[in-house]
Amino acid sequence: MTADKLVVILAGLATIVGIAWFFWGPRKGGLRAAVSSSGYQEAMVLVKGGYTPDVIVVQHGKPVRLNFRREESAACSEMVVFGDFGKSATLPEGEIVPIEFLPEKAGEYEFTCQMGMFRGKLIVE
Amino acid sequence: MVGAVRQAGYDTGSASLRLKVSGLYCAECASIIEKALKGSPGVLDARFNVATEEVKVDYLPSAVSMEELTRAIEGAGPYRASPSAPASEAGMDRESDQQEQEYRGLMRKWWFGAAVAVPTMFLSYPFLFPVLRDVLVRGSTELRIVWTLMGLASLAVLGYSGNQFFTGMWQGLKHRSANMHTLIAVGTGVAWLCSTIALLFPQIFPSAEFVDVYYDVTVVVISLVVLGLALEVKAKGRTSEAIKKLIGLQPKTARVIRDGREVDIPVEEMLVGDVVLVRPGEKIPVDGVVLEGQSSVDESMITGESMPESKGAGDEVIGATMNTTGSFKFRATRVGKDTALANIVRMVQDAQGSKVPIQRIVDVVSGYFTPAVMILAVLGFVVWYVFGPPPHLAFALIVAVTTLIIACPCALGMATPMSLTTGVGLGAQNGILIRSGEALQTASRLQALVLDKTGTITKGKPELTNVVAEVGFEEEKILRMAAAVERNSEHPLASAILEGAKARGLDLPEIANFGAIPGHGVEAEVEGSRVLLGNAKLMADKAIPLGRLEVESQRLADDGKTPMFVAIDGKAAGIIAVADTVKEDSKTAIATLKALGLEVVMLTGDNRRTAEAIARQVGIDRVLAEVLPQDKAHNIQKLQLEGKKVGMVGDGINDAPALAQSDIGFAIGTGTDVAIEAADVTLISGSLRGVEMAIDISKATMSNVYQNLVGAFIYNGLGIPVALGLLYPFTGILLSPLLAALAMSFSSVTVISNANRLKRWKAKEARS
Repeated sequence: MTADKLVVILAGLATIVGIAWFFWGPRKGGLRAAVSSSGYQEAMVLVKGGYTPDVIVVQHGKPVRLNFRREESAACSEMVVFGDFGKSATLPEGEIVPIEFLPEKAGEYEFTCQMGMFRGKLIVE
Repeated sequence: MVGAVRQAGYDTGSASLRLKVSGLYCAECASIIEKALKGSPGVLDARFNVATEEVKVDYLPSAVSMEELTRAIEGAGPYRASPSAPASEAGMDRESDQQEQEYRGLMRKWWFGAAVAVPTMFLSYPFLFPVLRDVLVRGSTELRIVWTLMGLASLAVLGYSGNQFFTGMWQGLKHRSANMHTLIAVGTGVAWLCSTIALLFPQIFPSAEFVDVYYDVTVVVISLVVLGLALEVKAKGRTSEAIKKLIGLQPKTARVIRDGREVDIPVEEMLVGDVVLVRPGEKIPVDGVVLEGQSSVDESMITGESMPESKGAGDEVIGATMNTTGSFKFRATRVGKDTALANIVRMVQDAQGSKVPIQRIVDVVSGYFTPAVMILAVLGFVVWYVFGPPPHLAFALIVAVTTLIIACPCALGMATPMSLTTGVGLGAQNGILIRSGEALQTASRLQALVLDKTGTITKGKPELTNVVAEVGFEEEKILRMAAAVERNSEHPLASAILEGAKARGLDLPEIANFGAIPGHGVEAEVEGSRVLLGNAKLMADKAIPLGRLEVESQRLADDGKTPMFVAIDGKAAGIIAVADTVKEDSKTAIATLKALGLEVVMLTGDNRRTAEAIARQVGIDRVLAEVLPQDKAHNIQKLQLEGKKVGMVGDGINDAPALAQSDIGFAIGTGTDVAIEAADVTLISGSLRGVEMAIDISKATMSNVYQNLVGAFIYNGLGIPVALGLLYPFTGILLSPLLAALAMSFSSVTVISNANRLKRWKAKEARS
């Protein structure tokens, strides 16, 4: 085995580990939704290449309002779906679209774009 | 003030609307706008929602118009106000404008890419062309110049045509996520970078044969994928056509009568209680009840029923349906977001955004898909570099790039949502509202179907069916007398007799000395004769012999009808029978449902004899009769315990618990009431044929979903290994990245086209 092949093997393995860690590795804790004067737990979510923040922490039994604002034109993200709560909304570019629901049980719920390419997580405590 | 007026016993007749306000610049804007509105005459209250940038105004329409409200807002600052509706036609228009713009932008990018791609292709393979072969010799200065030009041109393609891939990748990487953009950006980027290194530093390669450029890959892949995206945008627009059509049904103006004058006003300003005038050939603007006039109305756009409905005073009309020949006045009962059409649009949008349960599996896969493809590409590179034939670097690079390009997460991700959107839209166009993707999937797998009798199989209200005359009496006379006696009765059977007499064109004589005998019948004097109408007990009490009528009445009862005896001047004159009759299309619908392989069961609270008579008429074998309303759900459960997926068809009010218990509840809608909570599927037309269509649409949609999913899995499952070169050791076949780009673009377009193919679905009888 020549030196260049050894280098390629080692670099390749390192890249693979890097990719796996980068995309699947552990993530930092999410944003806690603030309770507004109206009694809703509110948070703004920016839709641009993904959801920012993509992990949102709320408490169960209190109504939640997430205000989505989409700032890109790629058709992929034009809809956000909360499958577990039966909620969805089309997000016109540049507009704020609120989604409201009442999480009754604690747990982790995903929200995604219609095709499941963008993902976010709602942690209900 | 409103409180005071209301306390005084008057209705203020207020209305509310929402205005979208743009041009907000400060935190105080909300209160400035609220103050400006509250200061205007006729405004009762105004509340601003910062999140949606909408202000909700409660106002007196008699004192202030929408334009004045708009002026009040716009006068308070640099604001622009416009009426807001979540699913307005304007919103739809803007969405399709956006789509159109995106399409044009992508097409411009494609043409630029294609213009560069054609010469690049020629110049990349000079050995194929006679003149080029001699000029561009490997290692010559001419070739290096051509390569440099190609490098610059392809950089321009990357920067202009391909910029969304790189920005998309960057946005994704910030969230530690990967998508289609990542794959294309990395694939083309790596090809360009390696080519440029080879061009600038040929000396770092062990021998001259390693020095090669792949600018053609960069340019062609970018161009083809951009073209694919453009076609995708176009096709997606078609997928959501159904909802656009629904919204487009809403007329924009209405002719209402205010202060005794006819005025044309925008439908947004209509109020409950407005009296609306509808002329021949006009659309009905909102839901309401006919006050006067006669016409027939084409309701096919809402109910899917092709025959026009005749409408007279007291009948319900549905907004967005088309008046035909007559003209009439009606009172608006539901306006704005409460109309049947608005509810339908909302339900369809919700359903289109929901998920088919099978999608959850796909979600798990697509979460791992893109990074996994990247890992495979790296693995492919390493294996080909280490074990592959020379030139190692060229093969390794081609394999890695091809793998990145051919993988198509989009086909996988779009497979179910596209079909679901089309399927739900298709239902709505046929008067069938499917609540969610889950309902759709369940409906396609039903094994047993329980039909409520009254109102589902039958019309739900009794009709006159038979008149039997004793010797010496005429049928017409008996009916005329009986109808006259019943004229003042409030019994439900009475109206059946009256309707029957009216249908035969009989005029009813005056009556005197009317009396009701509770639980038995009624009596009165008609044209000098004493007429008795009632059951056998009444006849026995009055000592009237029934003779052969007794046998007749038994026969009628066996057929599920309710016989009533008529006696004139103490003599038995005949029998009038009424029954809840079967809807015209119930029998054919049930036959089709059976042909679909469903076990059809009838459920009713009626006595067994009536129930079985109806079941015989429509061809149902299994009857659950004498079931108390509260036990209906329990009976559904029993069927489910037989291991079947059970659907229930009922009216949505009395049958709500049974509908909820069933695996899928079909509610027979009654005109405007479409938002039935307990139902998974609402049939607006009220015909059983809707059930058959709903099941058929669900089956067609689900098989479309499976086709798409299987297609997407097979495509990726075959494409990726071939791209990695698994076939090479056996057949010498190695995929070119250019072919990979072509395949990838067309796989996602194929998925959408297949979903659009669903739109060609036709109802059974339309097919044959």
